[in-house]
Amino acid sequence: MQPDGVLPTGTMSIPDKLDVGCIDCDIHPAVPSLSSLLPYMDEHWRRQVAERGLELQDFSSSSFPPNIPALCRSDWRRSGGLPGSQPEELIRNGVVPFGTRAAILNPLYGVQAIADEGMAVAFARALNAWIAEEWLPYDRRLYGSIVVTPQDPGGAVEEIERWAPNERFVQVLMIASTELALGQKFYWPIYEAATKHGLPIALHAGSNYKQAPSSLGWQSFFLAEYVDHTSIFQSQILSIITHGICSKFPQLKFVCSESGFLWLPSFMWRALKSWRGMRFETPWVDRSPADIIRDCFRFTLQPIDAPLESATFGRALEQLRSEEMILFSTDYPHHHFDGSSALPGGISNELVNKICVENPLKTYPRLRRLQQ
Amino acid sequence: MNKRIERPTLQGAAKIKQRRVDCDIHPAVRSYSDLYPYLSQRWKLHLEDYGVRFRVPFVGASRFPQANPAISRRDAWPPEGGPPGSSLSFMQKQYLDPCGIDYGILFVLSPDGMMERNLEFGTALCSAVNQWQYNEWTQKDRRLKGSLLVNGEDVEGAIAEIEMWAGKTDFVQISMTCRGVEPLGRKRYWPIYEAAVRHGLPLGLHLSGDSGSPGGAGWPSFYQESHHRFSFVHRELLTSFVFEGAFERFPKLKVVLVEGGFAWISAWCWRADRQWLRMRDEVPHLKRPPSEYVKQAVYITTQPMDEPERPNDLRDVMSWFGWDRFLFASDYPHWDWDDPKQAFKCSLSDWERRMIYSANAEELYRFEFGNG
Repeated sequence: MQPDGVLPTGTMSIPDKLDVGCIDCDIHPAVPSLSSLLPYMDEHWRRQVAERGLELQDFSSSSFPPNIPALCRSDWRRSGGLPGSQPEELIRNGVVPFGTRAAILNPLYGVQAIADEGMAVAFARALNAWIAEEWLPYDRRLYGSIVVTPQDPGGAVEEIERWAPNERFVQVLMIASTELALGQKFYWPIYEAATKHGLPIALHAGSNYKQAPSSLGWQSFFLAEYVDHTSIFQSQILSIITHGICSKFPQLKFVCSESGFLWLPSFMWRALKSWRGMRFETPWVDRSPADIIRDCFRFTLQPIDAPLESATFGRALEQLRSEEMILFSTDYPHHHFDGSSALPGGISNELVNKICVENPLKTYPRLRRLQQ
Repeated sequence: MNKRIERPTLQGAAKIKQRRVDCDIHPAVRSYSDLYPYLSQRWKLHLEDYGVRFRVPFVGASRFPQANPAISRRDAWPPEGGPPGSSLSFMQKQYLDPCGIDYGILFVLSPDGMMERNLEFGTALCSAVNQWQYNEWTQKDRRLKGSLLVNGEDVEGAIAEIEMWAGKTDFVQISMTCRGVEPLGRKRYWPIYEAAVRHGLPLGLHLSGDSGSPGGAGWPSFYQESHHRFSFVHRELLTSFVFEGAFERFPKLKVVLVEGGFAWISAWCWRADRQWLRMRDEVPHLKRPPSEYVKQAVYITTQPMDEPERPNDLRDVMSWFGWDRFLFASDYPHWDWDDPKQAFKCSLSDWERRMIYSANAEELYRFEFGNG
């Protein structure tokens, strides 16, 4: 994949001598089709699906069209099914080669974006049930994310309450793109429920396509839309900070998944400058946004989006001024690196240990309990 | 990626007067009636009765109520009346003379004809603003150079405007709003870029306008949020220009990004390069990594100055992108302006200072200092 002379993003496997058993915070099981979820829908929705012919439709998210080569490594592609659609296969390709002791499943099936909120809630519930019944019992290393529909906060809260008793669900999952910015009061019930159960909220790259993915409008290319995703994450972080979510819910952590993170230093500098100049507008924000980001936000490792030169990468990483923010992820089955080299080269064993184990354990209280 | 060019520092350079080019100064109309002499009777009546119609909720207020009266320095109101930026003599006295500005590049932000929804009226407004700039500013103070406003949504009208003024040294670049009906890299705008290249005029893209689209994360609520998010537009413009192939098609096109900060640009380059490596089969019209196109085409102004928590981190980001690409800008008379005497909190060598404050702009805009 890489031209000659270009340093690949991932160059380093987990060092043998560390034997850490890493925690993969972003790994993707695929829903084979809506039919797989039918057994987990009630009579009303099963009839709706049957009579409307919905099982013939493909609700895979347009943010992750499964045939794009970069969205599945060729050695992970399988014939006759979507990559990651069988637990056995995901374990064999996405867990074992990395010595993973715990992997958090983030299903990206697009049902949350259905316009009918009731249907979106029902399908998301079926998706969670499918994970609970067919994936979590399959292997103790697998952990779940409660997929919620932020456009119906009440439905989202019900969903959190429904699955919170199952300790193997360790976070709440939403798509980063929402109709309203995430700091707004509309969403606070979701934050309250997540906080109550010690669940971080993962914001995964992706759009609901209810508005153009960029403030300029619709990009022509998938590649361009993917590059611009940074703006969605940054906008949500600003909204969450300016609305004071991090002091209202001090225990709550947001995990930005498949977001990249090298954009953070310049973003934090500007957020700090804006707050210094205009904090009169939001007096409830009582400390530096850069400190709030370091405390309340976490970022999964892949894609690293590293500069082509490794020396520059070291300087850029150091500008984060925190070793606590990055959480190991392979982003299986998306193709960011070859072999089992998911870590960037040139980082210390101590930082490897933080990224792979310590930071995830500090971020996910439930995982920490279950890992003891 | 960007090798720093080492040049010897002149002994005693401090004694030589530092030339200063300011690449962002805002003249303002006292009221729209200043433009009446330059509008036909039909458009004058239209302006009086219907006013301008942008994609915004209020006839005379921002969607995001601002931080300061007229978003300006509180001491920049001319003693003879009128809003900040409306008096040439006061601008000379308060800023151009005491700060030793050799050349100043004007951006008229209001009215922005390209944001006007009535296409013909938008073109007429641009034309009126350009005549006003010429009569009231560039002809009266030869240090001042105009940015030629064009209505990019009316390509024919825009090109007629360029052809009319291209022979005058009063205008040194073409100005379009950053948020058009479509992202500006798309082909509908290419005839304008062809004309720009033909006349050797850079394209100055000052943050402005309101596209009516919030992007993928809903609308911001606060001014500080909108102020920061505004700068994402420049990053998304790079995505658009690069991936649509505009820089490949027009290798001589120069784009100047104004008032969006600059520290973010390297992280964009790294991400764009990495994702291009993953998915370049989608954009076979690109022959080189995105960062190389940006390096070929893009200049970036320094205001609002990025302020890292450790001031010298700024030196890293500037050397990553290249000292030959930064242009000093003050944003006078706006409240968040940068004083040329104290804009940088990090250390700069004499050579770096000369590049940023004058040499880069002299080369780009072909200013001459023949008489010393």
